[in-house]
This record gives sequence, structure tokens and C-alpha cells, in this order.
Amino acid sequence: MYNLTIAEIAAGLRAKKFSSEEITHVFLTRIKQYDARLNSFITVTEEAALVAAREADQHYANGTAGLLTGVPMAQKDIFCTTGVKTSCASHMLDNFIAPYDATVVTRFKQAGMVMLGKTNMDEFAMGSSNENSYYGSVKNPWDLTRVPGGSSGGSAAAVAARLTPMATGTDTGGSIRQPAALCNLTGIKPTYGRVSRYGMIAFASSLDQGGPLNRTAEDAALMLNVMAGFDEKDSTSVDRPVPDYSATLNNSLAGLKIGLPKEYFVKELDPQVAAAIDAAVKEYEKLGATIHSISLPNVHLSIPAYYVIAPAECSSNLARYDGVRFGYRCENPKDLEDLYKRSRGEGFGAEVKRRIMIGAYVLSAGYYDAYYLKAQQIRSLIKNDFLEAFKQVDVILGPTTLSPAFKLGEKADDPVSMYLNDIFTIAANLAGIPGMSIPAGFVDNLPIGMQLMGNYFEEARLLNVAHQYQKVTDWHLKIPGGF
Amino acid sequence: MQWETVIGLEVHAQLATKSKIFSGAATAYGAAPNTQACAIDLGLPGVLPVLNTEAVRMAVKFGLSVDAHITPRSVFARKNYFYPDLPKGYQISQYELPIVSEGYLDIDLEDGTRKRIHIERAHLEEDAGKSLHEDFQGLSGIDLNRAGTPLIEIVSKPDLRSAKEAVAYLKALHALVRYLEICDGNLQEGSFRCDANVSVRPVGQKELGTRAEIKNLNSFRFVERAINYEVERQIDLIESGGKIKQETRLYDSDKNETRAMRSKEEANDYRYFPDPDLCPVVVAPEYIEQIKHELPELPQQKRERFQNDYQLSSYDAGILVSSRELANYFEQVVKLSEAPAKLVANWINGELAAALNKHNLEITESPIAVERLAGLLKRIHDNTISGKIAKTIFETLWNSNHTADEIIEQQGLRQVTDTSAIEKMLDEVIAANPQQLADYRSGKDKLFGFFVGQAMKASGGKLNPQQVNDLLKQKLAG
Repeated sequence: MYNLTIAEIAAGLRAKKFSSEEITHVFLTRIKQYDARLNSFITVTEEAALVAAREADQHYANGTAGLLTGVPMAQKDIFCTTGVKTSCASHMLDNFIAPYDATVVTRFKQAGMVMLGKTNMDEFAMGSSNENSYYGSVKNPWDLTRVPGGSSGGSAAAVAARLTPMATGTDTGGSIRQPAALCNLTGIKPTYGRVSRYGMIAFASSLDQGGPLNRTAEDAALMLNVMAGFDEKDSTSVDRPVPDYSATLNNSLAGLKIGLPKEYFVKELDPQVAAAIDAAVKEYEKLGATIHSISLPNVHLSIPAYYVIAPAECSSNLARYDGVRFGYRCENPKDLEDLYKRSRGEGFGAEVKRRIMIGAYVLSAGYYDAYYLKAQQIRSLIKNDFLEAFKQVDVILGPTTLSPAFKLGEKADDPVSMYLNDIFTIAANLAGIPGMSIPAGFVDNLPIGMQLMGNYFEEARLLNVAHQYQKVTDWHLKIPGGF
Repeated sequence: MQWETVIGLEVHAQLATKSKIFSGAATAYGAAPNTQACAIDLGLPGVLPVLNTEAVRMAVKFGLSVDAHITPRSVFARKNYFYPDLPKGYQISQYELPIVSEGYLDIDLEDGTRKRIHIERAHLEEDAGKSLHEDFQGLSGIDLNRAGTPLIEIVSKPDLRSAKEAVAYLKALHALVRYLEICDGNLQEGSFRCDANVSVRPVGQKELGTRAEIKNLNSFRFVERAINYEVERQIDLIESGGKIKQETRLYDSDKNETRAMRSKEEANDYRYFPDPDLCPVVVAPEYIEQIKHELPELPQQKRERFQNDYQLSSYDAGILVSSRELANYFEQVVKLSEAPAKLVANWINGELAAALNKHNLEITESPIAVERLAGLLKRIHDNTISGKIAKTIFETLWNSNHTADEIIEQQGLRQVTDTSAIEKMLDEVIAANPQQLADYRSGKDKLFGFFVGQAMKASGGKLNPQQVNDLLKQKLAG
């Protein structure tokens, strides 16, 4: 039962093959059994999950169940949940229990889905390896000596190991797509503004976007149907109708124009990854797509622009963690300044502090124009690159990462090498376009991901393109050994 | 050396919206601490601001009333600094693109001239909470009820040349925001606050001197005193060979002095940048047109109308238009009493103002409503009572619920206008004072007043003064 997809679980519940309580119990048991190895959950809400599951079963008995009632899922510990700790994997919020639900959480509750718990992540979503968690590193189920990617590493590891059929993630520079690639999952970062950010703890407000981590595109479509939509509580959410993402999954790809950006096929790219992407391209040709070489001339500036804009926003977003009203407070502060310095110094981890300092620096008087403004100009150039590209092609295809999962600790002391992990994913965040990563093969028994990027609000097309590929391949069906 | 004072004011006016600028929490003053602060005001993790469009409407209203440019696309920015009453660690304000820029306000000076004070900008921002340093045994309390209350900060150009001009400008601005009904103008509660940038320069010099910013000015009187103190301090300092430091100074009203804040308190780099949680504020031309039509008659326009239509002096008109409620009171009394406007203005600016002032009341709280004052002035105008009697009736009006007519009837205060009755009384007075009569007739003209006084006294003040004058003149002439 643990290997069922969301679509299959929903069908099973409707057909009364099993109850929500039974399937919920299956996953709770697996979490108990396997998560000591992975460390993918920060909080498991066993009792609440079983209560919710029984309620769901009641709905089935009464005939009031919806499409997804009773299907288990997990929330990244960045989404606020009433009455359940929301830590953002930080010592700073180890004691924080929100008095409200994030809009995304509300939507899953309204859909009747059952939350199993809250997943591990890089502290405040800052990281690409999930080694920056106050609650310890998450292990990749495909190789326990390797990282699962980050920052949504707990969500990715949990879904890959079949501890939950899906989990939410957030993506500021690749935090859904990169762990999806490293854990053999399907993950989609929607258009900026498509999914509400209300109650989703901010890292970099102009880049953050929530999305699902699933095993299949079909499931991703179901989950995005739940998550997407306008929210009056988020001024940057877009008031625009949400299509039924499941409805167009089976559209034909005949005549689809796929662009391969030459800037994504660089010498640093692992040749085996390149070969896997080439093979995927051939599959698409077989499905009737045409392949075009395109250029995104400014995309090489993504990382420097991102590592100005994201830290700038984070330095301000994280100013509220000051030890005054909630969260970590140092012992016996001698005065206000001491309270601030020690609460923040002790409450934040090294990477978070590094980014706050970078951000404060690039915004400070005399540096603002040279860094922040310049980075915003680059951002406009990158956005234009994509707008130009989408005049020629329907989707852009490339690798999600340079190489498969690296070893735990391998890049921990080299932030720049770590930052390069997001080299292919960051551009979509800067431009605000949707991007997704789907399984595209294995290199030395480690999964690798293929990235698809689409024009604004073309999530449906990306899911369609991904689903058609998954119909003719079986990478996404592989299960990590030992789980 | 002759010195010139240069002043620019930054005024913070709390906008009279029901809810906060970025949350749905109420803005009412005086609630128990932290009972009007929601998750957004507390800056809890994950919450987001949503702009209250009513605040935008009020800011546009203000901009139009000072003939300013309304920015079609203004931008909210974050002003970053740490303070316990600033929950997010940044204040949402407007920086490079304020909603209002380049306006002006004309003020009337004591010498009767009018001066144009330019307004550089007015921007929307959120207020911070309050730190309470008393009653907590050495600790500080934080009340976040005020956090997120909408403000417009109105920044004047350095056009003001004296403390008196600064106060005149401030009062004009105060009247304006109340006319527009965008701010309750309560200085004690901090709804209308002011910082003053003050510098001096030798007369004739073009460049501005180094300025000091004075904070914590919460009354018109303090503004005047603080500026005067600061000007003197700066002149003394320069003349004794010192140099003015650009700094923030606090006004201490108990000691009537300004003193420098610790440099730590002001050494801030606010790291402004556009707030990524909020979209630019787009104000369409049609919206501006619509608000233009909603603008009330403004103080300056009203003052001119009062001078023209009612033939009032600039001084009287100026006082009457200082608040919309007072101006309305005046116009209603004129209408109901049908008395000359000048008489009405004298009574409102004289007796009534003095009584209100004495009891510390606003015109809206006056125990004498429009109808009752009009009833009194009507009887003065139709000669039923004299002005002198009217003053005693006014006191009774203040302390009772009776109308002027009731008081006149009850106390028999009707003026005597019957010529024969007045003559009779005058004859008695003259007969009773033969010596004074003789003296008068031998040239002591001043004794005329003595006879008027005696007649009035004998009649209890009820004789018509004009008739008394005329008849007495004839009789004394013999």
C-alpha cells in the first residue's frame, strides 16, 4: 500500500478498498520504522493524523467525501500550522507554535487531506543539501551517505522513501526542483504569485513560492489543484482563474516546440547527466515534439544576482527574530543590545547568519546601487531572456543539476561550491516563471533530474509535458533500495 | 552679525481609518495594551501585509488639498532598524517614490501678509508601537496597539523663517487635515506630531547652515519654545566660535531646552529597499478626479468666502475657519439669528470662545448649541435687549437649558424702548443730582457719562442705550 500514488490512494478510498485510517496508519508505521535513518521529519503528528483520518472515513461513510479526502500528506516545516510547532528547522523557532494556518495548510485541510507531520529542511530554507538544519542533516534514501538536496530535503527524502505519498515544498532558488532531482521525484515550482505565501515563513519574499513534491506528474497536478489560487491575504498572489491541471495531462505533444538553452549544456555538466538529458530529448522527439537550440544570454548572471537579492530580502525578513516577542531568547540578557546580539547569535545557524550579513551589506548606504540595484537590473535582463525564448519555443528543457547527489559534508565548508548547485534552477525564480524537475535516469545508481520551464502561468503545459514523458518511461517508478 | 532662522517641519498625522494600514486590527486609541494587535501587527512568522485602500484615499485627498502631484505609481519600502516596539525589525514606509510630492500651503502671518510654504513630499507609512518605561520595575513594557496605525508624514521645504511662522504653518496644516476628516488632530494622543529641522545662517547667505532635528514636539507651544531655544543655542554656539553638529535633539518641555540624543540612537543606516511583500500603489487619473469632487471647502477658501460674503476682518475669519465645526457653527448662527455677521463673529470669538477656553471645551462640546446662541443674538439685533444685558443672559444660557427668550421673560430683562418711560426715569435722575447738573451745564462734559450710568443703574440696565443718549442730551441741554 505504501507504494500507491495520490491518485491511487484516492481511488482506493473511494472504492472502499481501504480506509483513511488504515492508509494513514501504514505511513505512520513506516515513518517510525525508517525515519531514524533519514531524519526527514521534525514533527510527526500521529494522534492528530489518526483523528483526521477517522473524520475522513466518516465523510466516506456519509457520502460527503471530496476527491482527496483522507489522503495522507506532509507539510514542510516552513508552513505555519495552528497548534503544531513550526520551526523552519531553526533553533530560533524551536518553541514556536503559530496561532494560524498558512493558506496552503488551510487548503489541504479543506481538501480533507490528512497531515502526517512536518518535514525537515535547511534552516529558513537556506541551503541546497539539508545540512543546515537545527534538527540535523537529512539523508538521501538512495544513498544514506549522500545529501537529499535542499532546502526541501526532508520532504523529498520522505516522499522518495514512501514515508508519505506527497509533501509540500518551497522553492526560492531551486529548493523544490533540486531535491526532487536528487531523490528521483517530480517537483514543481509554480509561477510566482500562483500559490499563496501567507503563513509560509519568508526567506526571500520576491522569490519564494510553494509547490508539491510528488512521485508523478499526475499527482503533482492533483496537488497543485489544491494549492494554487488567489489569496487576498497575500498581496503578491495573482487573481487569475486556476485551470484544472489534471484535465490537460493527456494532451498530445505533437508539434510542441522544446528549447534547449546552450547555456545549460556547459563543460561543468556531468557527461553522464548530459547523456541522460539527450536520451530524454529523443523520447520527446518520438512523442512528436520539435527540438530547438535557444540562448538565454544573461542566465549566467543568475547566481551573483540571486546571492544579492535573496540575502538582501532575508536580512530584512529575519529581523523580526529578535528575542522580544516569540522564539529563542538568550539567557539573562544584560541589556537590550545584548538581548538582540545573543538571541540572534545563538538562535540562528551559520548559513543563516552568513546570508543576513551579506544582505545587510548589499543594502547598506554606499553599496545599494552597486549591488542591490545592479542585481535587480540583471533580474530584468534574465526575465527578458525568457520572454524572448518563449516567443520561439513552448517549453525549455535542460538538466536540473550539474551532477547527482553529493556526499554529506562534501561541500559544507565551501559555500560558493554549494551555491553553484542551484545554477540551473535560480533563473526561474528570478524571472518568476514556473519550473519543474522530473526523474530522467540514473548515474551510478543515483537519480538525476530533468528540468522543464514554461512561460508565466503555464503550469498545465509543464505537467502535460512531464506526464507524457512518464507514460513512456519508468524512472519515476524506481524505489530506493532498503525502503 | 544678523542671523536668519531656517526651519523645515516633518509632520506625522495618523490617518483616521478604522483599521490599520496593513492589517484588519482596529486603530481606536486607549484600548488595553496589546488588545488591538493581530498576528500581522505582531510580526509573527509568515504573515503578510495587505494595504488598506482607505489610507491611500486619505493620502490622495491630502495631496489634492495642497495642490500636489499625486504619484501614479508609488512604492512602499522597508526602513530597517531594531527596536522593541518595531515588531518586524523594519517599518513599512515610502522612500524614493512617495504618494504625494511638490505641493504647498499658504499661511497668513500676523502682519496680514500671506506666505507660501512648499511641501516637498507626503508619504504613507505605518506607526510603531509604544515602549512604556514606567511601572515595570526597571523593565520596559511594549504596547503594540499603535503598531501599524496609518500615518502620512508631511515634509515641508525649509521655507519657514521663525518659530511663529512654524506654528502658523503647523496650525494651518492641523486645520486642513481635520477639514479633510483624515486625522483627528489630537496632539495629546499623538495623532498629530511634529519634528523640526532648525538651522541658522548669516542674513544674505545662500547656503543653509547645518541643521539640528528636534523631536518630541507635541504641542504648538512646545514647537515655538523649542525652536526659539534651539535658534538661540545655535547662534550662541557659532558666535562663541563653535560649530553646529548635524544631530537629532530632544526637546525637554520641563526644562525648556533641547539636548542631543546619544549618537548611538541616531547612527542608523536604514537600508531602505522596496518591500517585496507589497505591490506598487497605482492611482488612476479617474480615481484622482473622483476624489477631487469629494474635497470639502478648504480653510483658505472658506476664509476668503467669510471675508467676502460676511464682510469679516481677516482676523475674525481666520479664527472662525480654524476648525470646520467652528465655521459651521458660525454660519448656522448667522442664518438662524438673522443678526449681522460681525455681531455673530464678535460673540463667537469673544464670549463663547472665552467660556469654552475656560472650561477646556471644543466647539462641538459647547453647552450653548447653535439655536440658543442664535436666539440670544436675535434679541440683541431686534433691540429687545442691550448688549450688556445679553452678557448676563449668556451666563444663564451657559448654565441652564433655557432659551434666551425664556430668560428674558422670566427675569423681565426686556429693554425699555418706550420714550416716555425713559424720559420719566431721566427726569428723576436729573432731579436727584442738581449739583452735577449745574457742573455739567458749566462745561464739565464728562459728567454726561455719570447721568447715563445713574439712569442705567436705576433701570437695572434695561433702558435702550441709544435712546438714553439722545434723550439725555436734549434734557441736559435744558
